[in-house]
Amino acid sequence: MMLAIKEAASDMSPYVRKTAAHAIPKLYSLDSDQKDQLIEVIEKLLADKTTLVAGSVVMAFEEVCPERIDLIHKNYRKLCNLLIDVEEWGQVVIISMLTRYARTQFLSPTQNESLLEENPEKAFYGSEEDEAKGPGSEEATATALPARKPYVMDPDHRLLLRNTKPLLQSRSAAVVMAVAQLYFHLAPKAEVGVIAKALVRLLRSHSEVQYVVLQNVATMSIKRRGMFEPYLKSFYIRSTDPTQIKILKLEVLTNLANETNIPTVLREFQTYIRSMDKDFVAATIQAIGRCATNIGRVRDTCLNGLVQLLSNRDELVVAESVVVIKKLLQMQPAQHGEIIKHLAKLTDNIQVPMARASILWLIGEYCEHVPRIAPDVLRKMAKSFTAEEDIVKLQVINLAAKLYLTNSKQTKLLTQYVLSLAKYDQNYDIRDRARFTRQLIVPSEQGGALSRHAKKLFLAPKPAPVLESSFKDRDHFQLGSLSHLLNAKATGYQELPDWPEEAPDPSVRNVEVPEWTKCSNREKRKEKEKPFYSDSEGESGPTESADSDPGSESESDSKSSSESGSGESNSESDNEDQEDDEEKGRSSESEQSEEEGKKKMKKRKKVSEGQGEGTSSDEGSDSSSSSSESEMTSETEEEQVEPASWRKKTPPSSKSAPAAKEISLLDLEDFTPPSVQPVSPPMVVSTSLATDLEGLTLTDSSLVPSLLSPVLGVGRQELLHRVAGEGLAVDYTFSRQPFSGDPHMVSVHIHFSNSSDTPIKGLHVGTPKLPAGISIQEFPEIESLAPGESATAIMGINFCDSTQAANFQLCTQTRQFYVSIQPPVGELMAPVFMSENEFKKEQGKLTGMNEITEKLTLPDTCRSDHVVVQKVTATANLGRVPCGTSDEYRFAGRTLTSGSLVLLTLDAQPTGAAQLTVNSEKMVIGTMLVKDVVQALTQ
Amino acid sequence: MRERLRCCEPGPRLPPCLPVFLSSGAERRGTPEAQCFSALSPRSSGSLGSLTVLRRGGKVLSRTVSWSTDHSNLSAWLLLWRRKSPTDLSGRPVRGCGLDEPGKMIHSLFLINCSGDIFLEKHWKSVVSQSVCDYFFEAQEKAVDVENVPPVISTPHHYLISIYRDKLFFVSVIQTEVPPLFVIEFLHRVADTFQDYFGECSEAAIKDNVVIVYELLEEMLDNGFPLATESNILKELIKPPTILRSVVNSITGSSNVGDTLPTGQLSNIPWRRAGVKYTNNEAYFDVVEEIDAIIDKSGSTVFAEIQGVIDACIKLSGMPDLSLSFMNPRLLDDVSFHPCIRFKRWESERVLSFIPPDGNFRLISYRVSSQNLVAIPVYVKHSISFKENSSCGRFDITIGPKQNMGKTIEGITVTVHMPKVVLNMNLTPTQGSYTFDPVTKVLTWDVGKITPQKLPSLKGLVNLQSGAPKPEENPSLNIQFKIQQLAISGLKVNRLDMYGEKYKPFKGVKYVTKAGKFQVRT
Repeated sequence: MMLAIKEAASDMSPYVRKTAAHAIPKLYSLDSDQKDQLIEVIEKLLADKTTLVAGSVVMAFEEVCPERIDLIHKNYRKLCNLLIDVEEWGQVVIISMLTRYARTQFLSPTQNESLLEENPEKAFYGSEEDEAKGPGSEEATATALPARKPYVMDPDHRLLLRNTKPLLQSRSAAVVMAVAQLYFHLAPKAEVGVIAKALVRLLRSHSEVQYVVLQNVATMSIKRRGMFEPYLKSFYIRSTDPTQIKILKLEVLTNLANETNIPTVLREFQTYIRSMDKDFVAATIQAIGRCATNIGRVRDTCLNGLVQLLSNRDELVVAESVVVIKKLLQMQPAQHGEIIKHLAKLTDNIQVPMARASILWLIGEYCEHVPRIAPDVLRKMAKSFTAEEDIVKLQVINLAAKLYLTNSKQTKLLTQYVLSLAKYDQNYDIRDRARFTRQLIVPSEQGGALSRHAKKLFLAPKPAPVLESSFKDRDHFQLGSLSHLLNAKATGYQELPDWPEEAPDPSVRNVEVPEWTKCSNREKRKEKEKPFYSDSEGESGPTESADSDPGSESESDSKSSSESGSGESNSESDNEDQEDDEEKGRSSESEQSEEEGKKKMKKRKKVSEGQGEGTSSDEGSDSSSSSSESEMTSETEEEQVEPASWRKKTPPSSKSAPAAKEISLLDLEDFTPPSVQPVSPPMVVSTSLATDLEGLTLTDSSLVPSLLSPVLGVGRQELLHRVAGEGLAVDYTFSRQPFSGDPHMVSVHIHFSNSSDTPIKGLHVGTPKLPAGISIQEFPEIESLAPGESATAIMGINFCDSTQAANFQLCTQTRQFYVSIQPPVGELMAPVFMSENEFKKEQGKLTGMNEITEKLTLPDTCRSDHVVVQKVTATANLGRVPCGTSDEYRFAGRTLTSGSLVLLTLDAQPTGAAQLTVNSEKMVIGTMLVKDVVQALTQ
Repeated sequence: MRERLRCCEPGPRLPPCLPVFLSSGAERRGTPEAQCFSALSPRSSGSLGSLTVLRRGGKVLSRTVSWSTDHSNLSAWLLLWRRKSPTDLSGRPVRGCGLDEPGKMIHSLFLINCSGDIFLEKHWKSVVSQSVCDYFFEAQEKAVDVENVPPVISTPHHYLISIYRDKLFFVSVIQTEVPPLFVIEFLHRVADTFQDYFGECSEAAIKDNVVIVYELLEEMLDNGFPLATESNILKELIKPPTILRSVVNSITGSSNVGDTLPTGQLSNIPWRRAGVKYTNNEAYFDVVEEIDAIIDKSGSTVFAEIQGVIDACIKLSGMPDLSLSFMNPRLLDDVSFHPCIRFKRWESERVLSFIPPDGNFRLISYRVSSQNLVAIPVYVKHSISFKENSSCGRFDITIGPKQNMGKTIEGITVTVHMPKVVLNMNLTPTQGSYTFDPVTKVLTWDVGKITPQKLPSLKGLVNLQSGAPKPEENPSLNIQFKIQQLAISGLKVNRLDMYGEKYKPFKGVKYVTKAGKFQVRT
């Protein structure tokens, strides 16, 4: 048996190896003595590089030897990189294993915010290279090391977070949940937010999935309320939801309620209270109670609402409200005598024991507020004492005792009557309580000591109850686990270990360098290849995002063929060989590409000329080099596929490569979908454009050019031509000074000059016609402008972070002019000053879709530092960030309205090639900014 | 032995077994009517199956297939995989099952219909007694409504995780910690697979195809861990039932189990089977968007968002590599992908690039966020009132189109869950027809198309139970509708390009907007 597994584990076919991995836990469950040998097999299989095996072997690992975390070290990076291609079930198992692993190996990112000061970009690429490029790059990273700033978060930790993030978009709810819990447990606070969106998406799924997800969301929302706040409305309840889902959603809504959103939440609750589902109504009332205790501002509103509910026809609703009111009153009893009286009247009608008990307790506790009613209530209760539920009886005794202590004249007899009734009650608790109370309050001959303190005992001020979520303490269980769901430890649950005090040696994860046969000038080549070969490893980083030239289509095409090719070869050759092969393939590739590059260049040029007007001019020029590169790749790939002697079998998809190339070449001319073009703001902000156009029809024709042509720089722009303005000429500039009235406004200097021969009187801004969100701070009216004179006024415009034009009227005493100011995107921000570290940290947060990259070639005229900085700052109102390396320029700013960061990086090579990266939450702004800056730099 | 089994089960055949042994089943199960057969299934990779047939009076009560354990056979089995010639395995008796070994993941599966009968059970490890389901029935009783059964139930020795699909409960038994969503997701995948194979996932369909069901379950889960769950792979392993095939099989005695290892499973694209051939190469995409909305009493939108999916039906030969681009990809706020999509391509270029699975599948599902304004295509005017101290109320609703972008709104249905005290309803529709179920108190009004000239309305009286207090809440209206040829978010497919194959495929895109969870509070 053991032999069979061992043999199968080294089989050539990954499917057999997978099956062997499946057999391991079976054998283990039959014969646990063989554990050591099985661990050896697991160790061997863990080193396997195919995605097919990875999931199964980790499953076996989890079942046989989850404590042998040391086996993972060497395979950690590989597992991280393979993760995305593993089948869904395997992903779940691997992610939960890696969560545990990371908890033991890395330092907590939350214990100190300064831990974030690292360079995620470099760290990430460095570690990726280790994997992707195999052993050879080890030295490369080593040389890069000294240049790197000291970081605290382990690059491997970062690697894990980076590689799991795309899985949030998996179709499988289990995978999404697994990633979510990984982020929740491992990611620094600032990054956890990304999981909210994915989790909210799962709420559309089957009701069982909803149930589990909501449980987890409820736990998370206690700790990280801000995370789900934007999605508040997604938790609104529909009348068709099953009750258990309703109650969970209610829990989440309550957790999310805060000062700002409480009005909407309460309005929502108001609708729920009238629901037909009474369990749900009861839960809603409790939720209201919790909101009221948590948010002091609305306590009175809530209390009033609850009192109104007391006249509800449904007894359950009333009872529940009573219980909640009791808790609320305890917080501020003095002011609520009226409510207590109202409640006292209810004792005649309410039958629900819990509610009756609550009312009695309230009356007893605050009997001094209702001195006249309390004895009467006791009288009534004494009458019905025998028929009451136990819990009510106990409260009757309590009430009697308290009244006896405060108002013994009226209630002495009643109390004695109640206590005698209780003495012969069936329930021993009640008998016990009666005896105890009697001894305390009725002075007897010997026991004076206690009864003297009776008042203190009974009427001691009691702390108000804290209404807490039932999910409060659940987060000590690993989220997404069965134990968390049940709130009890399930069999086989493995505690999530605490972060270690000190990080264990990270070098254990370094993969050793096996014997290398072909290591001639490898390193030099590596440097050259970096930009686009890293992509062909299936790990295209964000730097690739601007590579949206037509050629990359075929590149990724051939990438897939090469991938599947290597997959095949892998199944037929040994692991080491395979590595060898891949490297060989790569090097031959690059050799060819260098030779062929020149040959292909001519052909390429023709094509790119043929592309013609399709691509915008600047893109065309700078993409021609990069697209030809990638075109070359596909060519060389394809050639390399056929003659490759090391390939025993041609992969089935290799024939796709030539076809791909053909098609892509033919299609090049019409293959210019809008997504390829750098930006198409009209499409993105189509609605806003529509409003623009609306304004446009009203505007004077002379303004049209200024609207359509992109406005650049801080120079004067014409607002009103003197001909159109009948002698009044108006220009404007963006002063780049903070607008004194409102920090969100762009301050605009407006220069008026009167070239007519009559004075212009009463210059002011008339009824602005503004798109949504845009607001204007008008300038003070200019009384009069004599002929030939000019004046300057400052006005503030809040553009709401968009480049929509602000249309308004410029009125004089006699005329009105429709004018419009459209800001260049660079004016929508204000510079911020940050250190390089801060910059890198923020940049790390704004990746993926928030990152826009463009390649460009700097003309000779603007290669000097000074020119570049001047051009960039002229285009955009950004502040320069000090930078260590000379070829990199960094600028930072914040958009005025929303205060989102805009980070701009220009990486210029001495050769003139440069790469411009803009990171901003506001993608529209980012894309437009890239366009503007590129234009400014290349012209 | 095979003969005997077939005699007692005229309908479904025994799963194709290599050797079949009779073990002392009667002793094990304690009833003389019970028989236990142990068998080796040629498909179950690395595991041995045993089949238990419980009969009483000629009627088959239950069939159980469980994994049983034997060293030598298992090792032989592993070797067998490589030789792919299941010949030299015979005569080795299978040891009885019943080991209660701790193991992860899914232990057993019970299928329960809505009347509470366990009509199918499957055990992957050891047999778990049916009595474990009692805990489930208990919870079901407590929950009153089927929807309210908690998906996870804890019992003294096991945990039950269940899903409710198509009037069936899929109850799985697990013993140790496992992410609950993992199990739930798997159970849904099982139900999806049944749906895919038999056209519907109903008790009748499962009973008719019990052999295939067991084959599927055996293939989908190995030792409690999911193995092959992709529809394309499964279909290569186990052919879906067709009339012709079942006739041929019953004559020749052959099985519907394929005897080659699916090629897809070995490649980097496990979702696609190899060697696909079509004479007409077609690729269709359905962009289906659903509007989820809550409209409050006054007609203003409390919450609205658009949930969309792109379902694809791809019938293309060979290994096509498709890329689908949109006119306005930035509309998509949150997207989840079929595993075939290259994530990096999407991230950098917003192009969906993929090698598709064969047949029908869901390419992406997406959400257009509530931040964007969602156009609500219909409005509802309603006045529902119940009079105090009288046994009747008035009911009046009118539906009209709003922002329909020049398209007709069709297929409108209004469903109202009336309060419990409503006895009957006397209504007159100006269009369509209505039904009121006095038991479930559900009013359904099938409206059809809206013509803007004459707005459909439904008016009349509501009879209430006399003496009962008037209901406090007006019921909310659930509305269904459909707009053809329109994606309400404005999403547009730009183009579809194919690489890797030479032929010209036929391409088509269809847009539909539907109402999702569309609720009007009254």
